[in-house]
Formats: sequence, structure tokens, C-alpha cells
Amino acid sequence: MDLRLPIGIIFTLYGLILIGYGLITKGSKIYEKSLGINVNISWGILLLVFGLVMYYFAKRAKKS
Amino acid sequence: MLNSFVIPLIASVSGSGGGSMGTGLKFDLELVDWVILAIYLVFVIGIGFALKRQSKTAEDFLLSGRSIPGWITGLAFISANLGAQELIGMAASGAEYGIMTSHFYWVGAIPAMVFLGIFMMPMYYGSKAKSVPEYLKMRYDERTRVFNSVSFAFMTIFSSGISMHALADLLTTLIGWNYYGWLVVTSVIVLAYVLKGGLSSAIYNEVLQFFMIVFGIAPLAYLALKNVGGWDGLVTKLQASPLGDGSIHSWAQTATGDNPMGVPWYGIIFGLGFVLSFGYWTTNFAEVQRALAANSMGAARRTPIVGAIPKMLFPAIVILPGMIAYALTMDGPGSGYSIPVKLDANGLAMLDSTGRAVMNYNQVLPSMILNYFPNGLLGLALTALMASFMSGMAANVTAFNTVWTYDLYSQMTGGKKTDQQLLNMGKVATIAGIILAMGCALIAAKYNNIMAILQLVFGFVNAPLFATFLLGMFTKRSNNAGAFWGLLIGTSTAVAFHGLSWVTGNAPGVKGAWISQVFEYPKDLSQSFMVAIVAFSVTFIINAGLSFASGRNKTDEELAGLVYSLTPQQRSGQEAWIMRPSVLGTIVMIAAIALNIIFW
Repeated sequence: MDLRLPIGIIFTLYGLILIGYGLITKGSKIYEKSLGINVNISWGILLLVFGLVMYYFAKRAKKS
Repeated sequence: MLNSFVIPLIASVSGSGGGSMGTGLKFDLELVDWVILAIYLVFVIGIGFALKRQSKTAEDFLLSGRSIPGWITGLAFISANLGAQELIGMAASGAEYGIMTSHFYWVGAIPAMVFLGIFMMPMYYGSKAKSVPEYLKMRYDERTRVFNSVSFAFMTIFSSGISMHALADLLTTLIGWNYYGWLVVTSVIVLAYVLKGGLSSAIYNEVLQFFMIVFGIAPLAYLALKNVGGWDGLVTKLQASPLGDGSIHSWAQTATGDNPMGVPWYGIIFGLGFVLSFGYWTTNFAEVQRALAANSMGAARRTPIVGAIPKMLFPAIVILPGMIAYALTMDGPGSGYSIPVKLDANGLAMLDSTGRAVMNYNQVLPSMILNYFPNGLLGLALTALMASFMSGMAANVTAFNTVWTYDLYSQMTGGKKTDQQLLNMGKVATIAGIILAMGCALIAAKYNNIMAILQLVFGFVNAPLFATFLLGMFTKRSNNAGAFWGLLIGTSTAVAFHGLSWVTGNAPGVKGAWISQVFEYPKDLSQSFMVAIVAFSVTFIINAGLSFASGRNKTDEELAGLVYSLTPQQRSGQEAWIMRPSVLGTIVMIAAIALNIIFW
């Protein structure tokens, strides 16, 4: 098993969930805690990128 | 586990054994948080099932058949240690001691990991020993192996028990529900993925857990640092706090013990660095086992060195939030955060001798998360906490089942068991290990003091072991009698010395002086380091003394591959020069030295 595959998938999922939840709760007062920053969106993007990169490398390794 | 003796986690997060309420430390979880947690649990168990084909023989189940790539074993190597103590304990220490806590990394862990990879791994991996006790049997004899396997088996069960107790207690505090419910649920999850996929499953999951932990906790450092006014704001506030200048310098205040840790520079270098950290990282089988599962000698040697790279940066995500928590607390109520205080039986704040409220440092990390994380991110952080406990627990369980099966069961039955019998015993040991650990968790919940004493004692087990390995791996003269009596007397001396030493202000009992108050130390850490130094020295002197007195009992041929000077240095022609353990190790060491200088 190429471990990059499950790691890629789980963090892609987490990225999408956080971005989605961040969009739904945009402007909500839950972000008073995080100093007014919608951290769900920004951190979600980072997780999504990480997940996709892992996924890409797992797929590329499988091809070759 | 390394600092389990330093930070009495047994007093745990709630500070009240099993039942934990009234701290106001509750996560209000939304559906999104539960979904994040649930996805993690599905993946963890899924990885176990996906690897079940790789656990058909005892060799696969217990040793991963030496098949895993180096980057995976490297991350698993540090993840195995990322238990409760790492996250909660290091944030707590960051608040209590400031930047000096980084010594656990930049003087402790990193040099030890590099040393293990460059100098010790050729013998560990090359000897084909299945475990640390088996190496001791090859280098010395059966009794030293038995002594080490029994104490190790006992220690791992106990450590997983502590870890489980702390996790169940934390979840009860943060989420609610039921302490026993959490205990059973978390144990069953770990049991499921270890039983299904064996050591490979534990190691693969440790890597997933590593990323979970980093991604779940890292935003805290960013938000907290922003809140405190950046690094400059943090420094200004800490300088104005009771800890003062000492909290922002790692070495500048260490000419004497007059600093937040209460330890002078030689105590840090010899006690924390050389004895405790080298002892823990180089002889603890739960760690070494990860490297032994690597697919080549090069990968095995790189395992701890690769692990050292992210390890070096961990202070930024665990110690820094702790320091900020302290700075904000001392800045007054206007800062919007303060570290929860310890409450007495009547729910009133406990006061120290100066009338100041006693802070519950173990709550620093969860309370900071609660303070800064909105739902969504909160679920990710909760999952990270759970992942950290599980990785530590699984590491202990997989080390225990191997030592039990190969070093104790197989030996006791004359070494004539078939692979199928060993595999079955390995699985039975996995289940039994988790059940025993749950028993330890329950004892921990009920009798805090007994467990606290044991925890302190286990903290010193690695110091005598390290002296034994140092002589065994790097001298040919060290002999069987020296090894066994050195270990036995050194370990007993550690226990006795702990019973004779005490910390100013502590009552005799769990924290020392349970025999008599003879040696006095200013802080818990200075006492711990001193006990370790004494244990190491006694073992070293007895081992060396007896070995010189009675002479060698193994020939050069018998010691080939077991002692450094008799182990050929093999170099694989295929690795890029940068991937050579010595090159990579040197780069890591230079970086660690640079970090020490930057935060001097």
C-alpha cells in the first residue's frame, strides 16, 4: 500500500469540509475566537493543497 | 514517555482522577467536528484492514518483515513518542519554564536521534536482533535479556495505561459522556487496527497521526502569536512577568541553577541531554522497533535522522503556545486568556505559599485550543489530540507484543515454537496487553499516588540501560557479569536515590524522600536529572569495573557485528550523497546547534 494515497484522500476531504463549513459560517461570531479570521477557509485551503499533492504523488508512483 | 517523570501527567488534565468536572473546559462540538473525528476513525481502522495481508506470519505481524520505506519509519519514529506527554506536557512546560523547554528537543532528542542513526543502528539492524532485549542476549547473555524484557514489558503496559487514562480523562473533560466509555472505545479502536495489520498497521497509522497532529495543532501557534502581538510582543510581556528574562533565553541564565528550570548548564547537558535523552531515544524498544522495520540498512539508519528534522521544529507548535499562554495570563484579565487554576475540594482556587493561585499547567493546551479555535478547526484539533494518544498507545502495544512473544514466551518454551504458534501468541499478547493497560488506567484513576511513584521510577530505567549499551556497543571488554550486575545495581541505586532526594517545599512521599530527606534540590527537574546521572554513573562504573576485573568472555568472532569496532561500515552505492546517514546527520546537528545559538 502506498501510504500517500490514504493521507492524500483524508486531507483532501478535510480541506473540502473546512472550506465548505467556513463558507457557510462566513461572518459568524464563532470567528471572534480566531481574531476575526475565518481560519476554516484559510486552513482548509492549506489542507486541500497538501492532500492533493500527496494524492498526485501516489498516483504518479503507481503509473510508473 | 521521555518526560513522563518530569511532568506528572498522572495528575492529568482534570486533576481529579477518573471523574472530571467543574473546570469549565468544555468543547461545544458541532456536527462538522464530529464528522472530522469520524472520518479519522474510519481511516485509522481502514488502514489496519488494508494491511491485513501483511500480517500472515509472526515475522510480518510483529516485525513488519523489514519492508517499510525510510521516510515512513522516520515519521513513525517520532510519532511513537507523540503521546499525551508530548503535546499536553510540552505546552505545560512551555508555560512553566519558557524557552528552556526547548532543551528537551535541541539538547535532548535531536543529538540522541542522530547518534542512534549514525553509530548504533549498524549494530541494531545489522545484528538481525528482533528487539532491544534480543540484542542484549547476543552481546551479553540470557539474564541481562530477561532483566530488560521484564522491566520493559512492565513499563510499556504501564505507560499505555497512563496514556489511556489521560486520554479518557481528557475526553471526559472536553466532551463529556463517560470516562469508562471513552476508555473502552479508544482501546477497542487501537486494538482493532493493531490486531488486523500488526506492526505495519501501527507504523502506517503513526504517519497519518503525525500529519493529523501537526495540522490539527499548528494553527494555534499562529493565532496565539498574532494575539500576543507577535514575537516582540511575547518577549516584552514575558520580560515583565515573574519568570522574567529567564523565560526567553535557553542558555543565558544557566551559569547557576537560578533559572526557570532550576538546573545549571551541566545538569542540562549531562542529565537531560546525555543520560536521559540518549537513554530514552537509543534504548527504548518502542522507538528502536520503528527503525528495525525499515527495508534496508540505509533506511534504518536514516529513520531517526529523518525523524529529527520535523522533531526539531516541534517547539514552534507545542512550546510556543505554552509560553504565550503564560504571557497572556500574566498580562492580566484584559488579555482575554488565563491559564486555568487548580481547584481544591471545595472548588476554590488553590494558593501557593506566596498567595498566588496555583496554575494547572496541564490544561494549557486544551484551554488555548478552546480559546482560539472555532468549530471546524476545533474538530481537527480534537482529532489531533486523540491521534497523539493513540499513536503512543499503539507504539507501546506493538513493542510489548514483540518482546513478550520473542524474548519471554519463545525463550521460556525452549525456542521451539512454529511460526503459526508465535503469530497466535503475538495476537494474544496484543489483546492481553491492551486489557492489562486498561487495568493500569483504572488503577491510575483510583490510586494516583501508587502510579505516580511507579511513573517516576520508570523514568530512570533507561539511564542504566544506556550505560550498558554504551559499553556494550563501543567496547569489546564489557562482559556478561558487568552488564547484568551493572544494570541491576544501577537501577536499584536510582530507586534508592530517589527515595533519599527531595525538592525544596515538597513533602516526603511520591515526589521523593520516601526513605529519608538527604539530598535537597531546588526543582523537580534538577532532582530528576540528578537521579538519572547517579543511575548512569553507578551502572557505568560497575559494568566497567567488573569487566576489567574478570576479563572478556566473548571472542572477536562472537562480537562481530555487535560491537562498533568489529562492524564493517557498509556503504550502499545507490544512495545519493545527501542521503548518507553521516551527511544527513551532520546537517541536522548543525541546524540544532544553530537553533541553540539563536535562542541563547
